[in-house]
Amino acid sequence: MAYYDRSSTGDNLARGLGWFSIGLGVAELMAGRSIARWMGMEDKTNLIRAYGVREITAGVGLLALGDPKPWIWSRIAGDAVDMATLAAGMAPGSKDNPRAGNARIAFGAVMAATALDVVCAQKLHREEAYYRSLPVPDYSGRSGFPRAVSAMRGAASDAPIGTDMRTPKILQFQGATGSATGPAQNQSASS
Amino acid sequence: MRALVWHGANDIRCDTVPDPEIEHPRDAIVKVTTCAICGSDLHLHDHVMPGMEKGDIVGHEFMGEVVEVGAEARSALKVGERVVVPFTIWCGECDQCKRGNYSVCERSNRNKALADKVFGHTTAGLFGYTHLTGGYAGGQAEYVRVPMADRTHIKIPGGLSDEQVLFLGDIFPTGWQAAAQCDIQPTDTVAIWGCGPVGQMTIRSAILLGAKQVIAIDRVPERLAMAKAGGAITINFEEESVVERLNELTGGKGPEKCIDAVGMEAHATATLDSMMDRAKQALMLESDRAHVLREMIYVCRPAGTLSIPGVYGGLVDKLPFGMAMNKGLTWRMGQTHVNRWTDDLLNRIQEGQIDPSFVITHTVPLDQGPEMYKTFRDKRDGCIKVVLKP
Repeated sequence: MAYYDRSSTGDNLARGLGWFSIGLGVAELMAGRSIARWMGMEDKTNLIRAYGVREITAGVGLLALGDPKPWIWSRIAGDAVDMATLAAGMAPGSKDNPRAGNARIAFGAVMAATALDVVCAQKLHREEAYYRSLPVPDYSGRSGFPRAVSAMRGAASDAPIGTDMRTPKILQFQGATGSATGPAQNQSASS
Repeated sequence: MRALVWHGANDIRCDTVPDPEIEHPRDAIVKVTTCAICGSDLHLHDHVMPGMEKGDIVGHEFMGEVVEVGAEARSALKVGERVVVPFTIWCGECDQCKRGNYSVCERSNRNKALADKVFGHTTAGLFGYTHLTGGYAGGQAEYVRVPMADRTHIKIPGGLSDEQVLFLGDIFPTGWQAAAQCDIQPTDTVAIWGCGPVGQMTIRSAILLGAKQVIAIDRVPERLAMAKAGGAITINFEEESVVERLNELTGGKGPEKCIDAVGMEAHATATLDSMMDRAKQALMLESDRAHVLREMIYVCRPAGTLSIPGVYGGLVDKLPFGMAMNKGLTWRMGQTHVNRWTDDLLNRIQEGQIDPSFVITHTVPLDQGPEMYKTFRDKRDGCIKVVLKP
């Protein structure tokens, strides 16, 4: 079982990154062409929009899907893809890109975000390690019964349960012979 | 007085608020000696249940001493008596109460017009549980006003501790009703999803009512250990396939009776459908995560029964109703008709047939309540049931 504390500093940072992901994702999706033009990478417009969908998915995962660790790692993987894409825009072969400087700024921003993601992942894993190191309480003696379970089975079979809580005979399990008798007589049908 | 007050999502605080007063001759004021955090309180804490307002006092599992009684309740209650208060407020006079259907009392919800609009017809008033069910102040407080107190109480005889009887107000009769409405037969396999407090009570109830085999499904090791102690065969859904294991344990036929003790906040990341549910819930495209319902419909033996004590709040998506219809499943559900069961259950506690205090894992002062909500929600520190002492 994954352990996480939804009030911890690691989780708060993960939530912050979740909102950042959604904001960035919406911007990439809605203004993909403008972003691509600003970086001089117009041919990557659709790719940037696809990255927007990826960011929104990671954001929803971080904010709403419990354990944030897999989603933070998905962000780190996404950051690597972003950097690879931006590196292509800044590569020597693309020095005719008049806006390579903007691509470099974007690359720096992604690096900063990656650093935050890595710090967050480390914090979350440290917190999990802490919870895993705590002793697991032993509840194996907590039956709630005064005697062994086998002795308590059926001890309340005489309980006063109204007819409205009983299954109507017509809906009860039928006997192997098909007779509509009560299920207590129909062990062969429900074993 | 001090009380736990809802301020918004993930924001419950221990505040100082005005003391409650008698507002109607049928009211009583109870000084709370012990109360508890219920799993359904987490739906309020997480704000997935609509109808809360800032300043609402939460809590619907509580007991204490009667300190003031309105004129019309004096024939039934006296100052100084020790009572557990059921979470469902009931009048005892309407058609539903006369049938024993106290959780759908027609008169105790003071916001009946709102409930009529949302539910079609009103259900009972509940303590500390949204304005859809009356907006009554809850019992995680030093004092509480009990409306219709001449009916809404369970008198506790001497010789029993608060911890032994507190759960008569909710989780014990809730687990009991969940099992009782399955009409358990000695040949039945009963599968129970969720080993939280209600699930634990349901397991014991199914055993006492004579189920041949009880199977409990969860993922938290200490909860599974407690379920096993109560007589259940356990399935950790993170380690094995629920469907395969249930088929294996029932000769390939599936359990006759399936009980959902999880409700609207099924674990969000175990399966694709529950992840989709969580995402849709976050985007307000549905209100409830119905993974357990889907799984129960799928695994239940045809002509079997589904019992649903787990709380649902609104709309569920992608429910395979055609599967349920074709399998001829019987559905039993609803809030608990607490007082229908409590005389019998109190007798069983007195006779020593069961001691519900087994489920308590944490006991803390009231002002630590807000922190314990988080511990309980995150299943930290082996937390299964939190008891608060005002």
